[in-house]
Order: sequence, then C-alpha cells, then structure tokens
Amino acid sequence: MSRLAAFGRFWWDFVIGDDWLVAVLVAAAIGATAVLAAASIAAWWLLPVAVPLVLWLSLRRAIRSA
Amino acid sequence: MSTGDSFLVLSAFLASGVEFVEALTIVLAAGLARGWRPSLAGLGAATVVLAVTVAVLGPALTVIPLQALRLVVGALLLVFGLQWLRKAILRASGYKALHDEDAIFARELADARGAAHVERAGVDWYGFTLSFKGVLLEGLEVVFIVLTFGSAQGSIPLAAVGAAAALVLVAGVGIAVRAPLARVPENAMKFAVGVMLTTFGIFWSAEGAGADWPGSDAALLGVLGFVILFSLVFVRLLRRERRSVVLAVEVEA
Repeated sequence: MSRLAAFGRFWWDFVIGDDWLVAVLVAAAIGATAVLAAASIAAWWLLPVAVPLVLWLSLRRAIRSA
Repeated sequence: MSTGDSFLVLSAFLASGVEFVEALTIVLAAGLARGWRPSLAGLGAATVVLAVTVAVLGPALTVIPLQALRLVVGALLLVFGLQWLRKAILRASGYKALHDEDAIFARELADARGAAHVERAGVDWYGFTLSFKGVLLEGLEVVFIVLTFGSAQGSIPLAAVGAAAALVLVAGVGIAVRAPLARVPENAMKFAVGVMLTTFGIFWSAEGAGADWPGSDAALLGVLGFVILFSLVFVRLLRRERRSVVLAVEVEA
C-alpha cells in the first residue's frame, strides 16, 4: 500500500507539482474552450487570456506562502 | 523544417539539456565518492529502463487519434510548463534561491562519502542506487517531454534527436571537465523551457478542445511571443515588488 501511495505521490508531484489550483483552473479553461468550440463560437482566445491570470494567481500564492 | 518542427527539436534539446546537467551532477558525485563502477552501472541500468519506457509507450501513443492526443498532451504540458515557468519567474525575481549545481554537488558528495559500504551483486549498492535513481528521475522528465512533444507534433524521432543532441553535448562536456556544469545558464534554460512548454500547451490543448487558431500553425509564433511577454512582465513586477519590500525592511531596521 505504501508503495502504491509513493507511486501515486510521485506522479502527483511530477505532473501537478506545488500548486494543485493551476491544474484545476487549466482544466476548467480547457473545458470552457471545448464548450465554446462545440457551440461554434470562436474559442482560441480563451486560453491565452486564462493562462496569464492562472500563472499570476499561482505566483501570488507562492509568495504569500513563502 | 516547419516552425512546429523547429520548436519541437529546440524544446526537446533545452528541456533534456537541463535534466541531463542535473543527472550528471548526481552521477559525478556517486562516481567520485563511491567509485565509477557502481555509478556507471546505475547510469546504464537507468538508461535501459528509460529506453524500454520509450520503446513501449512511443508506439502506443501513435495509435491515439491526434485531436484527443493533443487535448490530453496539451493539458499536461500546460500544467507542467506553468510549474517550470512559475519556479523560473520566482527565481528570476529573487523570491526563490537560484539553482546552484556546485552546492548540490557538494551536498551529494558529502552524503555519498558518509554512507556505509554495502555490496550487492558485486557493486557498491549506495553508489549504484544513487546514480540509478538520479538518472531515472531526471530521465523520466526527458522521456515525458520527448513522447508528449513528439507524438502531438507527429514526430517522436525528431524530439528524440533534440534530446540525443543534448545528451551528447552534456556527456561530452561532463567527461572532459569531470565537474558539475555550474556555468551552464540553468535558470535561463529553465525559463526558456517553461515558456516553450506553456506555448505548446496553450496551442495544442485549444486545438484538441476544438478551437481553430487564426493563421493555423503560424499562430504558434504569436502564442510564443505572448507567453514571453507576460512572463517578462511578471518578472519585472515581482522584482520591483521585492525590491520595495527589502527596502522597507531595511528602513525599519
């Protein structure tokens, strides 16, 4: 069990890293892009708008917790 | 070679280069402290595991439909890239200590010299596992980048060429100097890799989600410029903020 937990923790640290909120917000932005695209609305702009906001939020969180 | 292909080779080269520099530090520390035999055995064993991983996962990825692949790979690269970029911006703005290969090397060397000698399968076990784990963990990131970049761009071999070039360069210099490559501008390279991973992540995940980029593949250059721009703006803003905080603390003292 502990090996399984260690394996899971390794992949969590590897992909998600220090700030899980980044993964959640990126997933939400990609989901919103898919919704717009499915409704035939231009959606290419959404990620370039969302990503800097997510990064800035994550930087502020890192500085606050330092 | 198209814009996407050039980015692919360059990104794989830079990202792999950073990881190989870190792996070299560990292999050198293991070799100097515990002998070259266990260190090189660990390096060889980890290389075999990584090669098998690429051989198994590489062909498997090519059977996944491109749009679904780009969605998943794009999302992963975006999350992964933002991690790199976040650390690089925090380092560049002074909020996080710079990566210091010399200090890491000294720490690894001291730990390795202090560990007890236990022999297994004819080699010093500490030296072997130190080298094996180091190369495997750093190498997994290289494998991840080569496979994801390569498969989403439609050419795993091209990504592998970028990684192989970095390996030859780092190994060649490492053998020549037999010291950690402290002069490599590692933080600047990590910043560049973060920018590239984020750029590809934005581009592919939007495409995978069904969005159409104006200008098709040429939009990649626009996304790259945009990511560089906002990253540099963030560094500047945070540097200024940190300077004013330090100044306020000094005035108070």
